[in-house]
Amino acid sequence: MKISLTEVKYVARLARIRLNEEEKARFLKELNSILDYMDLLSEVDTEDVSPTTHTQHITNALREDIKRASQPLKDTLANAPAKADGAFIVPGIIE
Amino acid sequence: MLDLARNFRMGNISPLDITEKILEAIKHDPLNAYITVDETGAKNAAKKAGEGIRRESNNPLLGMPVAIKDNICTKQMATTCASNILSSFVPTYDAHVVEKLKKMGAVIVGKTNMDEFAMGSTTNTSNIGTSKNPWDLTKTPGGSSGGSAAAVAAGLCAAALGSDTGGSIRQPASFCGITGLKPTYGSVSRFGLVAFASSLDQIGPMARSARDVAVLYDAIKGYDPKDSTSVDRGYLPTTLDGLDMQGVRLGVPKAFFGKGLSTDVEGAVKDGIAVFKELGAKIIAIDLPNIRYGVAVYYIVATAEASSNLARYDGVRYGLRGGDASDLIDMYMDTRAKGFGLEVKRRIMLGTYALSSGYYDQYYKKASKVRTLVIEDFVKAFDVCDIIIGPTTPVPAFGLYEMADDPLSLYLLDIYTIPANLTGVPALSVPCGFSKEGLPIGMQLMAPAFKEDILLGAGIAFQDHTGFHEMRPQWNMM
Amino acid sequence: MEYDVIIGLEVHAQLLTETKIFCSCPTTFGDEPNTNTCPVCIGMPGILPVLNKKIVDFGIKLGIATHCKIAKTNIFARKNYFYPDLPKGYQITQYESPLCEHGFLDIDTNGGGKRIGITRIHMEEDAGKLIHDLKGHRSFIDFNRAGVPLLEIVSEPDMRSTDEADAYLRELRQLLVYLEICDGNMEQGSFRCDANISVRPKGSAFFGVRTELKNMNSFRNVHRALSYEIKRHIDVLESGREVTQQTMLWDEAANATRSMRTKEESHDYRYFPEPDLVPVMVDNAWIGKIRKTLPEMPRERRKRFEDVYGLPGYDADILTQSRDVADYFENCVSLLDSPKEISNWIMTEVLRVLKEGAADIKALKVTPKMLTSMIRLIDDGAISGKMAKDVFNEMAKTGKSPGEIVKDSGLKQISDEEHLKSLAKAILEDHKKEVESYKKGKTQLIGFFVGQLMKATKGKANPELTNKIIKEILEE
Repeated sequence: MKISLTEVKYVARLARIRLNEEEKARFLKELNSILDYMDLLSEVDTEDVSPTTHTQHITNALREDIKRASQPLKDTLANAPAKADGAFIVPGIIE
Repeated sequence: MLDLARNFRMGNISPLDITEKILEAIKHDPLNAYITVDETGAKNAAKKAGEGIRRESNNPLLGMPVAIKDNICTKQMATTCASNILSSFVPTYDAHVVEKLKKMGAVIVGKTNMDEFAMGSTTNTSNIGTSKNPWDLTKTPGGSSGGSAAAVAAGLCAAALGSDTGGSIRQPASFCGITGLKPTYGSVSRFGLVAFASSLDQIGPMARSARDVAVLYDAIKGYDPKDSTSVDRGYLPTTLDGLDMQGVRLGVPKAFFGKGLSTDVEGAVKDGIAVFKELGAKIIAIDLPNIRYGVAVYYIVATAEASSNLARYDGVRYGLRGGDASDLIDMYMDTRAKGFGLEVKRRIMLGTYALSSGYYDQYYKKASKVRTLVIEDFVKAFDVCDIIIGPTTPVPAFGLYEMADDPLSLYLLDIYTIPANLTGVPALSVPCGFSKEGLPIGMQLMAPAFKEDILLGAGIAFQDHTGFHEMRPQWNMM
Repeated sequence: MEYDVIIGLEVHAQLLTETKIFCSCPTTFGDEPNTNTCPVCIGMPGILPVLNKKIVDFGIKLGIATHCKIAKTNIFARKNYFYPDLPKGYQITQYESPLCEHGFLDIDTNGGGKRIGITRIHMEEDAGKLIHDLKGHRSFIDFNRAGVPLLEIVSEPDMRSTDEADAYLRELRQLLVYLEICDGNMEQGSFRCDANISVRPKGSAFFGVRTELKNMNSFRNVHRALSYEIKRHIDVLESGREVTQQTMLWDEAANATRSMRTKEESHDYRYFPEPDLVPVMVDNAWIGKIRKTLPEMPRERRKRFEDVYGLPGYDADILTQSRDVADYFENCVSLLDSPKEISNWIMTEVLRVLKEGAADIKALKVTPKMLTSMIRLIDDGAISGKMAKDVFNEMAKTGKSPGEIVKDSGLKQISDEEHLKSLAKAILEDHKKEVESYKKGKTQLIGFFVGQLMKATKGKANPELTNKIIKEILEE
């Protein structure tokens, strides 16, 4: 077993996705089979190999510190599920 | 597309005529190729283009009806990524490539169907239901750019844009008998492409011929300062002459002709290679020893990046919001439970796990290291050959929901296309034959970074000497 | 039982750039909510970040000023967590390869000078702002602040008292203001401080369990929060229990710290290198260019004011609070070699006028040339110190030169000895009784006589001269 049901629940929580019982069971099975397949990678010797994040070797993609007009407020809020007084609204958070 | 452009200039047909024909055909479309159709916008653009068409003789995109995959942002037009979580999302900005096409006067017919958030190879995971293969309505058009491929093959547009992260342009192009290009990473701006896997994604052209693909590629390529991974170098126009294949070295990897390859595909691709040989190309056996790890590397790196890229879909600023209004956590959990389909959830789970504490080194970091080895394989290979050639996919189009319950087997079918995304090199798929069942088979060519001219030139040369790309599917409008 | 206190401080400084770190939206504070936003900083689908060069410039500047090693290769990383003020669901920051490392900041406390290590300085983006509507069980989000550039400055746990922590914060803040990379405004949130604190029995080799302390939004609150938390740790240990590792919030209203309840329960941020940003290579040429723009560091300037100008530490401290005031002082001294006198005038009158008008010294009408001319008039005896105060106020109001003002108002001091002598004689004649008392020993009556003469001359008599003359006459 590569990943346990507890870990499946932990990962779902980390990813903020509520899984129903069927999904939990399904992912438990599927993730385990996929992760078993990923074991393939452990046979590769990567001792002196550095990881790749970028395939093209660009560096220093920089921008000058010059102001541009922001988008109008109505555009920012155009797709907002809940808004009031120019702000987005979410259910309350206790800190 | 180029033929159409010529006809526009000669006045044989107007952009409005063809656009109206297409819009009408879409209404009866059994392929489910489109998610959104912009009738008014398309007609207006077509009318406007019609006015200037005789004068602008070197703008082949003027008045050209094109379709855009629905993960590419179009201003004031719904951009849903075939997901419930974005079903009502209307961007206030255009993707860079869309801006470019609009400037050239292209007619944007609408947004095409796809796998949700580009995660899939069948278009099954779309929230509006799958698209169908115009060669056989019981078969998959492939994915994730299945809608674009079907639309192009059926003539529901002259050309289309797709996106490719692990093969999502090339595989559907191959299944639908059309030509598709995944450009060099960094040669086409990703600004406005809804991110799936940031270090792998590229937007690319899909059309009925390599020449058309070249023209569309020229229109969208180029440096964009809004994209930090965009490469600033001189981008020359692509020549539309076929490449003189005399002495061109074609590398044939052993790994691409091993287990799992269907006999039909093997036959058609070998025939295709033989055509090149006749044209004077040299065939060289090459070794890509780390390709066998490609799928594992891809499904760790891509899902990890995706799990992060999709975190913004939380119901706060746009898109679907679910849940009990009084509890923030509930809002998140419910929004994402309702908003995402099964495949997307699966990949987010996998990616989150691969990055999580205690597993990062073993999975994400390890995969990134093996990625380096794949890149080195290609560098070595391109020392001895100019083009790497092989099949695009191991099998032709399979039944619509045939692979629905076996994610791993589906993932393994990406084995030939994944390396181009891992390494960033350009890759072209051209039709090279048909299966016994009459389904198209595609051949893939890869070249070193920024050598699209070699790739497209070879594709054009192949198509000048074969007729597969001229064949039309059972369900065809044009 | 005596305890050692171990404090480390983490400062987030908002940078004084025109635009945000990854988009060209303005960074101005206090604008209407969500009016300084664009698709990039509110995390819309398909958007991409582009790094503002100024951030790197400022980071290098601070790194040089704190004697850090500047990284040649800079990578950004994603810190993944869910919170409504975090638009993308991740913060772009630096994780494994910060811009600066292994520096230090020298501080002065009552116990003397001390060197506080700086572990690292890195670039990152700020989140939006949440405004809680507790009654309505909801929160409002303003994304103006999302994407504002930050430098995170992490100190070594080198501080051993709240005084040292205070001194470090003040020194760091002043440095940031001197370098013109941050305005140091704690109340507005452009200079934020979190602390890591632990205690251990004196002489123990082991570190105690530490807690993290947040929400200290003023120097006063930092002091109170740290003091409270230290005491809390000690109380816990003294009662035989163990300190729980957790994050505490300073609750100003309750005057106490309390545990933060809903922080991400597992700190599993799943850091990985940011694929949308390419590495930033900082070479020696870049560092050299920035190095040239560095001003004299505040601490060095303070010491120099003491050593070279012979000013007391108190004066040096006040004069160097602001680079502009220190510059003003030195401009004055270059015109008139009387540092202490100039210092007095700046500390009292100049700063007062600035405070009243809430103005910048650059906008002050009294130029160094005007101030030093005025002081010369006093030294020459043309006007008294008291008269000079009026002259100063007039200069500050009108911008007229001191000479002009003195001439126009006929303020010139009477320093003619003969004239004063005759006036003095007349006054003493009129106050024979007081003269008797003076001669009998009430010498403090000199002040009375001087006052009378000042009254008679409407304040224009040179006080020192008057005093001398009257004394001489009385002694005759």
